[in-house]
Amino acid sequence: MGVAAIKEYAFEPADRLENFHGNQLLYIGWDQHLLFCAPFCLPLPPAMRFGDIIDKVLPGVFGYHPDFAKIDWSKVVWLKSGQPWQADFNKSLAELGLKHKDVLRFRTPGLDGIKGSAS
Amino acid sequence: MDMKVSKKKLGLKEKYQHMTRGLGWETTYQSMDEVFPYAKYEGIKIHDWEKWEDPFRLTMDAYWKYQAEKERKLYAIIDAYAQNNGHLSVTDARYINAVKLFLNGISPLEYMAHRGFAHAGRQFPGVGPRVACLMQSLDEIRHAQTQIHSLSNYNKYYNGFHEYRHMLERVWYLSVPRSFFDDAYTAGPFEFMVAIGFSFEYVLTNLLFVPFVSGAAYNGDMGTMTFGFSAQSDEARHMTLGLEVIKFILEQDPDNLPIVQQWIDKWTWRGYRVLTLVGMMMDYMLPKRIMSWKEAWEVYFEENGGALFKDLARYGIRPPKWLDQIEQDKDHISHQAWGTFYNYAAACNFHTWIPTDDELDWLSQKYPNSFDKYYRPRLEFWREEAKKGNRFYNKTLPMLCQTCQIPMIFTEPGDPTQICYREVDYKDNKYHFCSDGCKEIFEHEPEKYIQAWLPVHQIYQGNCFNEGVDPTAEGFDPLAAVLDYYHLNFGRDNLDFEGSEDQRNFEAWRGMATKNT
Repeated sequence: MGVAAIKEYAFEPADRLENFHGNQLLYIGWDQHLLFCAPFCLPLPPAMRFGDIIDKVLPGVFGYHPDFAKIDWSKVVWLKSGQPWQADFNKSLAELGLKHKDVLRFRTPGLDGIKGSAS
Repeated sequence: MDMKVSKKKLGLKEKYQHMTRGLGWETTYQSMDEVFPYAKYEGIKIHDWEKWEDPFRLTMDAYWKYQAEKERKLYAIIDAYAQNNGHLSVTDARYINAVKLFLNGISPLEYMAHRGFAHAGRQFPGVGPRVACLMQSLDEIRHAQTQIHSLSNYNKYYNGFHEYRHMLERVWYLSVPRSFFDDAYTAGPFEFMVAIGFSFEYVLTNLLFVPFVSGAAYNGDMGTMTFGFSAQSDEARHMTLGLEVIKFILEQDPDNLPIVQQWIDKWTWRGYRVLTLVGMMMDYMLPKRIMSWKEAWEVYFEENGGALFKDLARYGIRPPKWLDQIEQDKDHISHQAWGTFYNYAAACNFHTWIPTDDELDWLSQKYPNSFDKYYRPRLEFWREEAKKGNRFYNKTLPMLCQTCQIPMIFTEPGDPTQICYREVDYKDNKYHFCSDGCKEIFEHEPEKYIQAWLPVHQIYQGNCFNEGVDPTAEGFDPLAAVLDYYHLNFGRDNLDFEGSEDQRNFEAWRGMATKNT
């Protein structure tokens, strides 16, 4: 049973890919840095190079945090839907198999937030 | 000469019988199923509506009499409060932000409750519950109106009160209470009664009204306190109705038990999530605290709720799911929520601030297991940065939970350093959740929740700009455009309390009221 209803009830999901004007949504969270209260939601073109997200998008998103400038991106541990994931900065979102509404998390070992509080 | 007339007056019970149940009939021109089309699709089986025991045997004449008396008292106090500039006697102008949260987030729900009970009453084939729902529906619209009247006084002097109706359907955080009630209202009449009548009014209502009403009393806000008290005897009736609904449904047919249990699990969790806002209000927004959120949860849920569910065990009902998680969360959610509003204070219709040193110490004392370790460093860092002119305003939109619509701010049970992520693939799309509770609610009725109007996604779809705005124009400022769409005045309604117009006005007016210069 998909829903309790008095008659057939079937509609398109409100957030399907076609509604985002050529972009797809990518969620991205920085583990143990909860000064940012929640992971972020970003609308991005599927052809965007992953490295461009790191270089051009993330500084505006996470740059406020004093740990951000200290990140060694070659040592960052990535998770996609909670499973280990291999980033490739030279590939696009589409080439990396990132689909609409996928969620990435990254961990920065050694950087554990304001005074080690995971903030 | 007086004539002796043998006056036969009906007793209250008989009068009630004739004036309510005696007015119903079985329809014959159309089948009862056609007349009450929502009565069966939820799977609840009712064999005998006459078994409904009325928790309060009120007829309309008695109802009007009681309510009119309460209204007279209420308006006398509200008028006196307004005429004496009562708003200047609150503890601190920061308090007024708690009132904004109430008017914007709670009062519109009273109106939705009015509609919901009217709808449920219309759809029940039994006369007893129909009459009970009718009266609760009237109570609820009375609450909406008395709250709006009482709080309109603040709107004359302070920012953020001006467009609560408009904002309810637009402003990001208001989608949380709104979607909660929309979910209940769009369910069938039985689920609505379990959702609002039982889970909210009976199980959780003390955690909503006691904090706001006591908070008002502790902070010198007689206007808010008075409408709270005026609603109290209504609330007592609502609680009784909520309990009667559960008992009636369960006694009618054993097949009803699993359906009701699932609703209790769902609605306790959904209500608990909405109460995050109340927890934050108690721990951060009341200059004079009443008790901590954690203490309130322990008294009003763990103790009182525990006794209730023991009582319901004879019907086969067990306590709601996910209580073990809630038990761990009580050390955290109010801090996580205030941090969220501090992050997004630019898009908010009330002010935020960092607690004073005294307040930070109070939080350390009330939350010895969590505050100093996880939350104090965050707040102190923000305070230091703000002092340097680097106040943190988060400008990137957050990921939201598909069910409760709260940003994904909650942490894993047992690990306050790790955001809790849950997801489901459904018909080629991914959906994300803040918790097992929200995930399971989605999985039970995915077709309902894939329709959710998530503010963040709606902004990215371009649905949250005023007509005629061109998001592709050069120099387009999306935040400004969204705030316009919200009818939120930048620099007046939002940002920090420190330096706000509210703060300046309150100080100036209180000065005029208490000094000669």
